[in-house]
Amino acid sequence: MSDGQMPRKITYEADLDPHFAEEIAASARGEQLFQCIQCGTCGGACPVSPYMDLTPRRIIAMTRAGYKAEVLKSHTIWLCASCYACTVACPKAVRITDVMYALKQRAIRDGVYPKRFPVPVLAREFFQGVLTTGRNNELPLLIKMYLKTNIFKMLGQAVMGLRLFLTGRIGLKQERIAARRGEKGDLRTIMAAVDRGAPAKGGPSQ
Amino acid sequence: MTYLYYPGCSLKGTGRGYEESLLAVFDALQLPWAEVKDWNCCGATAYMAVDEVKAFTLAARNLAIAREQGGETAQVIAPCSACYLVLCKAQHVIHDAPEIGARITDALGAAQLTYGPRVQVRHPLDVLINDVGTERLAAAATAPLRGRRVACYYGCQMVRPYATFDDQYAPTSMDRVLRAMGAETVDWPLKTRCCGGTLTGTIEDVGLRLNYILLREAKKRGADAIATACPLCQFNLECYQDKISAVYGASRLPVLYFSQFMGMALGLSEARLGIQRNFVPLAAAV
Repeated sequence: MSDGQMPRKITYEADLDPHFAEEIAASARGEQLFQCIQCGTCGGACPVSPYMDLTPRRIIAMTRAGYKAEVLKSHTIWLCASCYACTVACPKAVRITDVMYALKQRAIRDGVYPKRFPVPVLAREFFQGVLTTGRNNELPLLIKMYLKTNIFKMLGQAVMGLRLFLTGRIGLKQERIAARRGEKGDLRTIMAAVDRGAPAKGGPSQ
Repeated sequence: MTYLYYPGCSLKGTGRGYEESLLAVFDALQLPWAEVKDWNCCGATAYMAVDEVKAFTLAARNLAIAREQGGETAQVIAPCSACYLVLCKAQHVIHDAPEIGARITDALGAAQLTYGPRVQVRHPLDVLINDVGTERLAAAATAPLRGRRVACYYGCQMVRPYATFDDQYAPTSMDRVLRAMGAETVDWPLKTRCCGGTLTGTIEDVGLRLNYILLREAKKRGADAIATACPLCQFNLECYQDKISAVYGASRLPVLYFSQFMGMALGLSEARLGIQRNFVPLAAAV
């Protein structure tokens, strides 16, 4: 501050992204975002709203107003556990859970999620694991998440891990689908075809 | 008609007791079943956060295989709440968003699979209530669960937002099934409040608190055990009890799959129902 610089406390209209709301609405497969009446029923129904930096109601208002940077770096979108309580409670049928998903996808695509925050790390590792084997393998997934976030937390889970192993609830055997490359039902062929069918980059939906 | 059993990843891992008990119950009730051949991950909650269309494609591959295996109107049984939701959601999106639907059906075609729009995704509780019925269940209960007070926990994704066989806030199917098996079920308003899903593993203090509230409330309502229908709910409520006790004070409450309770009432052994895999012994309840 000594060099005379003073950070601005309010956002100018020029800082907002005028296309953000429409992009998120399209990605969430609906225009209901614009029907929100800001009643706050979503936050009331939400079991994790006490921990959110921005309530779901504010996320919707700020998304509509184009506060892209603030919304995408919020913890709120990663705290959402996808329980759909808000979605079924909303009097205007805004699919809030799907809006949260659209924001998560956008934050990962733009690389702006909070660094070393476990939720997006888990999501990305899960994605990669399933693309490789076709099935989720719980043990390697968790080990990768802890390695990439906070390795010391893994020690705190050692007792539980051992008990799960002893009760036969986790194992070292890698689960994978049988269909091999080029065979009927091969997952790589299917996923490559999905990618080829994707709309051009920069379009409203991924 | 044979029910096509879609296990999902958890029922082969941390939720093995759910698979063991549910299939034993299906056998005891003479409900024919076969596993979906070469099934893959449903597309899961975490996957949707990265690439939604690929998540729905994963779900659709399973439905295409089910169609081939069981015909146009094959009935897929999805016991895991997350799998049930994702399979239902994929069907809705493929139907409601034709451009996404075309992309997915084309991609399946590239691997010689045909999507089955009329395949039915069903939860086992739907089958037990509507195809078997409580009268037949009660008649089959040779060792009824007398004196047991159970809090039936439905969690979130099984009833919201797609289930049509039960209410989104105040479901009763599990209560009706376990009452038919001779148990008493307690009135428990938190029965569809979220357990936090993977938050216990990612932001532990938030996850622990959500589960502490559920356990405390179940006890307050006089339950001596909780019945669940989801491998993640069961894992959170049961396996984290030591950690919850360390933060919020001692708390022990057995958490079983509803199918484990059913198997007991049907006279099946605890080993066959995978009850020995649970961390909190059932004896702790009584």
